[in-house]
Amino acid sequence: MTATQVRAPDGLGAGESTPARRRRAKPPRSRRTWREQLTGWGFVLPASVIVVGLSVFPAGWAFVISRQKADLISPAENVGWDNYRLILDDPNALEAAKHTLLFTALFVPTSIVAGILLAVALNRPLRFQWFYRTCIFVPFVASAAATGILANFVFDPTYGIADNLLRVLGLPQQGFLEDPNQAMAVLVLICLWGEVGFNVVIYLAALQSIPNDVVEAAVVDGAGPISVFRYVTMPELAPVTVFTAIWQTITALQLFDLVYTTTKGQPGDATVTIVYYLYRQAFELFHAGYGSALAYCVFAVTMVFTGLLVWYARRSGTEAF
Amino acid sequence: MAVARARRVLPFSGWHLLLMPTALLFALPLVWMVLSSFMPAGDINHYPPRFWPSRISFAGYTGLFQDSDILRWLLNTTIVSVIAIVAHLVLCSLAGYGFARLRFVGRGAAFFLIVATIMVPIQLLMIPTFVMFSRLHLTNSLAAAFVPWLASAFGIFLMRQFFLSLPVELEEAALLDGCNRLQVFWRIVLPLAKPALATLAIFTLLGAWNDLIWPLIAINNQDSFTLQLGLANFQGVRRTQWQLLMAGNVVATLPLLIGFVVAQKQFVQTMTFSGLKG
Repeated sequence: MTATQVRAPDGLGAGESTPARRRRAKPPRSRRTWREQLTGWGFVLPASVIVVGLSVFPAGWAFVISRQKADLISPAENVGWDNYRLILDDPNALEAAKHTLLFTALFVPTSIVAGILLAVALNRPLRFQWFYRTCIFVPFVASAAATGILANFVFDPTYGIADNLLRVLGLPQQGFLEDPNQAMAVLVLICLWGEVGFNVVIYLAALQSIPNDVVEAAVVDGAGPISVFRYVTMPELAPVTVFTAIWQTITALQLFDLVYTTTKGQPGDATVTIVYYLYRQAFELFHAGYGSALAYCVFAVTMVFTGLLVWYARRSGTEAF
Repeated sequence: MAVARARRVLPFSGWHLLLMPTALLFALPLVWMVLSSFMPAGDINHYPPRFWPSRISFAGYTGLFQDSDILRWLLNTTIVSVIAIVAHLVLCSLAGYGFARLRFVGRGAAFFLIVATIMVPIQLLMIPTFVMFSRLHLTNSLAAAFVPWLASAFGIFLMRQFFLSLPVELEEAALLDGCNRLQVFWRIVLPLAKPALATLAIFTLLGAWNDLIWPLIAINNQDSFTLQLGLANFQGVRRTQWQLLMAGNVVATLPLLIGFVVAQKQFVQTMTFSGLKG
């Protein structure tokens, strides 16, 4: 996986430069060319139209809407950058951004540490490994709706097993998703349940690509298991960690469906994330222009985070992309 | 060090102390989901909550089938997933092959544009896609659920990378023998692409089956509800009838769970690859 991923940008670069170079090099093949052109475009056109039509085109349109006062029904009116200016004066948007950043700060490091720890454990020759792997990977196939409904049941203050477990252990009962101070942290737990398996899979693939003789050489040189991990394994995992960090940061910043199926932003708007707030603005209050401006801000913030992570990785000498 | 010491004290490796509780923590919610879907109402309302049903009851399932349109939702989701998978396999493998092997003007630029769309986040698309779908009269129909899944940049990229890894000699031989490109693609290349097609099919199945956002935005009438949208909606109506909700969860999750356990290798492969779509 890492191999393909690392190779990808080269493939892109090569593809970009070929047509120009070829046109200069071999002009006389024009007799066959129109047929080749038609075949080529015939193969790629249907999928390309769908992909571009459902992403680039609407993304551009979203920018147009973000500079309009639009409710999706009556004719829109151009308002310039007003929607973007409104965001800064909207305490609810800032509150939602705060919730999202808190979620990201809790979720991303935990998911990475858990992913590395479990991948290292699952990479050992142990009994029951198949059982452990199945258990840890399987939540990945559960949908956001199923996960949300199940989480509501597990953390239900009366009927759920989470509170019952605390009671059996002699610990005080908690409000979980109904307690405004805990709800965001509980959402982090629920999201970890679904996403850690993904990180583990990525790290397992990376661990299995570390050549055995490197580890053996270190052991021969007298390295204990902790030194091997620190000086052999960790550097090998660094490029993958750049990737998982970016991937999970994007997941966290865009958190929406889990909020929709668990708390719907309750209690007292304590779990309104920025994308959930955007959804409310656009599809419940029909502020499509304002919603689109919010969407572009989230996109910009995501890009900044991604850029920072790549920059940090480059600076510390990690070959990630 | 700590691990090595633990091994001397314990009759088994210390890693089990980490893995066993973690594995149970991940699996138990799903186990409890299945168990409570078979609980009689008395068990659900029991305090403290029960883990094992006192007896097996199908009340959750009969209630679910009576009170909701679950069969309709299941049918809708199946239709959406089948259309998505077939379209994905056909369109993405065609495009992937075109980008990998055929020469035409604009190939590099077109491929670059498609890979760049992977960066476009869903929240940017929700509003304009809704407007677009309503102008095209796709809202409130199943099309709203499957059109976003007909093809994907990830699928095109995956298939292109796979085709690039195949040796080109076989295809050249077939072309010399007088096959046209479509015949080469259909008879020579596709049969070799089964592993990549399996990965793509699982990716599309997971995405289309579990999708909530597109149906949520574009579908309002009950007849076109998908399983995920139906369940999310049903939860609002039957807040505390957990045996019904858990039965619904089982119906929605079981097909993928069985698929995962049967074809774990392919699923894990897909998870590894879908890392690329970020």
